[in-house]
Amino acid sequence: MNEEKVDIVIVEDDPNDAELITRVFRKHNMANRVVVLKDGEEALSFFFGSRANDRPKVVLLDLKLPKVNGIEVLQRLKSEERTKDVPVVVLTSSAESQDIKDAYKYGVNSYVTKPIRFEDFANAVTELRFYWLLLNKPNEGQGADLTQRTRG
Amino acid sequence: MRNTRDHDEAIAGGRVEVVLVEDNPNDAELILRVLRKHNVANQVVLLKDGVEALDYFFPPDGPLPGAANATLKIILLDLKLPKVDGIEVLRRIKADERTRSVPVVVLTSSTEQRDLKNAYDLGANSYVAKPIKFDEFAKAVADMGLYWLVLNKLPDH
Repeated sequence: MNEEKVDIVIVEDDPNDAELITRVFRKHNMANRVVVLKDGEEALSFFFGSRANDRPKVVLLDLKLPKVNGIEVLQRLKSEERTKDVPVVVLTSSAESQDIKDAYKYGVNSYVTKPIRFEDFANAVTELRFYWLLLNKPNEGQGADLTQRTRG
Repeated sequence: MRNTRDHDEAIAGGRVEVVLVEDNPNDAELILRVLRKHNVANQVVLLKDGVEALDYFFPPDGPLPGAANATLKIILLDLKLPKVDGIEVLRRIKADERTRSVPVVVLTSSTEQRDLKNAYDLGANSYVAKPIKFDEFAKAVADMGLYWLVLNKLPDH
């Protein structure tokens, strides 16, 4: 696997949406630092498997995913000490109040609904990128500490 | 100075969209000015220390205006506050089921790793360091306002 540091993890099963999102990042010369995972199982093995120490600056998480759904992935990320401070933005077509409520209940950092028009969607992703990669400061110190702790 | 009547009406009418907890009057003025420019000035409540913030969200007696407020979209929280510090305010907001789903953006001059870690551990939704230059600070506030007031979705109350 690519050894370069990952800035953004996109968990998205719809190939068109994934393509649009990565296209926006490619436009800002960030394509190499984006990882696309296609279902909840891939997401869990990314965060709790071989790349467990990789700390992206943000995770864009769809809710309706095959195998393991997005809410379950969110719940897992936010309940583990090692991953709970990685910002998670739910990016979904669902505006159902139960989904929004559940996401906040499990500690989502932000919830954004996918605009339907291509151009509006691209603008929303641009804003997401700007906010979470440039304005927000991630907690960068924790990964190393925990590596030591788990070894000890 | 802000218009006190608008401020009071905003609280009474439950139309508050932004709560700003900031003790530095220059920073508060800049933030209010930027938000006013984007037409949300009447819906901003300014609290000047940690005690005012806790009283707003958890009044010792009576209902919870802060928590019950259906229009509140964002809390901008400085960390270094008089009386009760911002970390304690954050802890209380995120520990209480009535207030925990309100997004809290820590907006602070501190870039200390310990403060960052504490804030995220306690459930801060986002952490933004105050830019030092006026223009950059103004732009950061405008971008934050746009993100949290327009793009981010909240649960119904």
